[in-house]
Amino acid sequence: MKQLLLGNEAVARGLYEAGCRLVSSYPGTPSTEITENAVKYSDDIWCEWAPNEKVAMETAIGASIAGGRAFCAQKHVGLNVAADPLFTVAYTGVNGGLVIAVADDPGMFSSQNEQDSRHYAKAAKVMMLEPSDSAECKEFTKLGFELSEKFDTPVILRLTTRVAHSSSIVELTDRDDVPVKEYVKNMPKYSMLPANAIKRHVVVEERQLAEQEWAETASVNAIEWNDKKIGVIAAGITYQYAKEALGEKVSYLKLGCVNPLPKKLIQEFADGVDTLYVLEQLDPVIEEHVRVLGIDCKGKELFDLKGEYSQAMIKKVILGEEAEYLTTDMEIPPRPPALCPGCPHRGLFSALKPLDVMVSGDIGCYTLGALPPLSMMDTTICMGASVSALHGRNKIRPDEAKKSVAVIGDSTFVHSGITGMINAAYNQSNSKIIILDNSITGMTGHQQNPTTGKRIDGEPTTAIDIEALAHSVGIDRVLVVDPYDIAATREAIKAELEVDAPSVIISRRPCVLLKEVRAKQRKPFYVDPDKCIGCKACMKIGCPAISMKDKKSVFDFTQCVGCGMCKPLCKFDAIKEGD
Amino acid sequence: MTRSILIVGVGGQGTLLASRLLGRTLLAKGYDVKISEVHGMSQRGGSVVTYVRYGDKVASPIVEKGEADIIMSFEELEAARWLPYLKKGGSIIVNTQQMDPMPVITGAAVYPENVLGQLEDLGVDVQPVDALSLAVEAGTPKAANVALIGVVAKNTDIEQSVWEETIRNTVPEKFLDQNLKAFRLGYNA
Repeated sequence: MKQLLLGNEAVARGLYEAGCRLVSSYPGTPSTEITENAVKYSDDIWCEWAPNEKVAMETAIGASIAGGRAFCAQKHVGLNVAADPLFTVAYTGVNGGLVIAVADDPGMFSSQNEQDSRHYAKAAKVMMLEPSDSAECKEFTKLGFELSEKFDTPVILRLTTRVAHSSSIVELTDRDDVPVKEYVKNMPKYSMLPANAIKRHVVVEERQLAEQEWAETASVNAIEWNDKKIGVIAAGITYQYAKEALGEKVSYLKLGCVNPLPKKLIQEFADGVDTLYVLEQLDPVIEEHVRVLGIDCKGKELFDLKGEYSQAMIKKVILGEEAEYLTTDMEIPPRPPALCPGCPHRGLFSALKPLDVMVSGDIGCYTLGALPPLSMMDTTICMGASVSALHGRNKIRPDEAKKSVAVIGDSTFVHSGITGMINAAYNQSNSKIIILDNSITGMTGHQQNPTTGKRIDGEPTTAIDIEALAHSVGIDRVLVVDPYDIAATREAIKAELEVDAPSVIISRRPCVLLKEVRAKQRKPFYVDPDKCIGCKACMKIGCPAISMKDKKSVFDFTQCVGCGMCKPLCKFDAIKEGD
Repeated sequence: MTRSILIVGVGGQGTLLASRLLGRTLLAKGYDVKISEVHGMSQRGGSVVTYVRYGDKVASPIVEKGEADIIMSFEELEAARWLPYLKKGGSIIVNTQQMDPMPVITGAAVYPENVLGQLEDLGVDVQPVDALSLAVEAGTPKAANVALIGVVAKNTDIEQSVWEETIRNTVPEKFLDQNLKAFRLGYNA
């Protein structure tokens, strides 16, 4: 049966067909839909959201050593979190096959950096496959399990945004019957004490040579001979861009395995063409390999290290052709993303704004609070950094602790904010930690987490009691506020800033996009134009539903969700509840 | 030959469902199809674009400047923003809704006047549709995306019945009647 599947959906289908038995991941764009779709096969695969990527990978490693085929997925920065187990599972190898998906984000559609995960495959000495469309996403996932068991190694499946989030046609097949392998106690292999690890390192180096020999003739690394004046080496989505731009005018070496890279195959291809181009987004990983082989090629001196490639860019550089297109001299205002109408984070930031505090920020929907008109985020580094970085700041500027806060979402807090909170308590800083608890992992599109009381499949489970947790690590001052009540929230935070002790302030209100919240949603509010004097007080909260027309405030009924946060801001009683 | 459609709008307007309907219909007609979407942060109220490409064999899932046969826009300003992607002789099918972006709300920028008129002045085939009113007529403002798909459908050579079959297979039972009605209002607009 043929279906149009997202790259990520196709990976999930590959997991099913490959007989995978466990999937553990932490959400992260552009990798999230793999695990969201894998749960559709939950009769055959145990699927879960883990608290962070390190836990997810270790869970998958445990399942693999126990004999079952296992998998974890993360975005590129998530692999940083999971790097510790990655480098050592490369030594222990596997029992049941272990595939690790990582999704890079060239162009940074939804990321804080543009790192190239291929370096991890090289550094950890692990095989890496890179599909170029959804059909390959499925096939390479299955191949990953085979290679993992063949070479006794974890295998990384590298995706990029345009592969993960593009749909193309996939032919579905049935699930392979892959039984759980026997578990045999084998401490020299699985217990990495120095004496054992020294011996395993020898195995890793030998394994890499065997993998490279495989890469020379593997069907995923293939030459397509056309005209031989120009030859292009490419992998993943870049191959598709090249194919679109250059068609049959050039020859191709398409690499499906990007670590280890073949040597003889590349030499053969280079010998067959007059001019060799290496096309790859981000870093010159393949290009450097080609140059080390002593082969001359064109690469990063012509193409950018930053951002995405495209067919137009390749056409322009290699063929010197540019498309004609229309332009307008209209001044078109940008449309950056914004917090949704009714978003509780808007209330929290509106409460903070007049307090003029330094905000140590984090990763989630609330990162959008950095944009005007709220402009409330001094720093954003990585998941969990808000809490730990605020502690560091307060040690350098103790006098300003009363003017500084950290903001972190519920999911991010569980991911890696808890350890920072422990540090603030243990090493005593007057850190004011605001947990924006909206009962869901928001930015990645609504995933359950250990605070929500539900598992990935919606089944009820235990929920973290954040208040009790904060108390238990030694924080005495814990309070809960409702961010929809902007004035009360502001007063509570203001009072807490004056206290010489670490505090946890939980700003609690469920995400406005949650089904159960939408079911109780009020009708859109509207403005009584006779009462509105056009003072713009209601516009200070930066709600996308509120704009000015003819010097009066107007509400867009398609956007307003009737949250009512704006109502107390109007001194003229012009904002009315919908009827 | 590969044909390209751009679906543009504001995050939250339902562009993803529109691309899904388009993709499944093209698949049912036996085309090779590739669709590229944007998820995550850029989705929250920002300018969003989905690329749809179809033909005998499609390589790249993205559409470049000067390549789109049709731009289907959910909002007027977004039609103007993505104009450079339109192929010479291509059409813009646009929902006549205006949504102020945040820089306009904060007063840092101005929403241009007479957007569609300015596009027509460039010689572009602009087909304005009040998809929101059609959707309200069909029973819910949320079906504006499907009403707009109805107009796009009219601009292709794919039979109405194939489109409706996809809608039946894609839209949840509960919302099916409203969506079919919205599609037909768009198709006959």
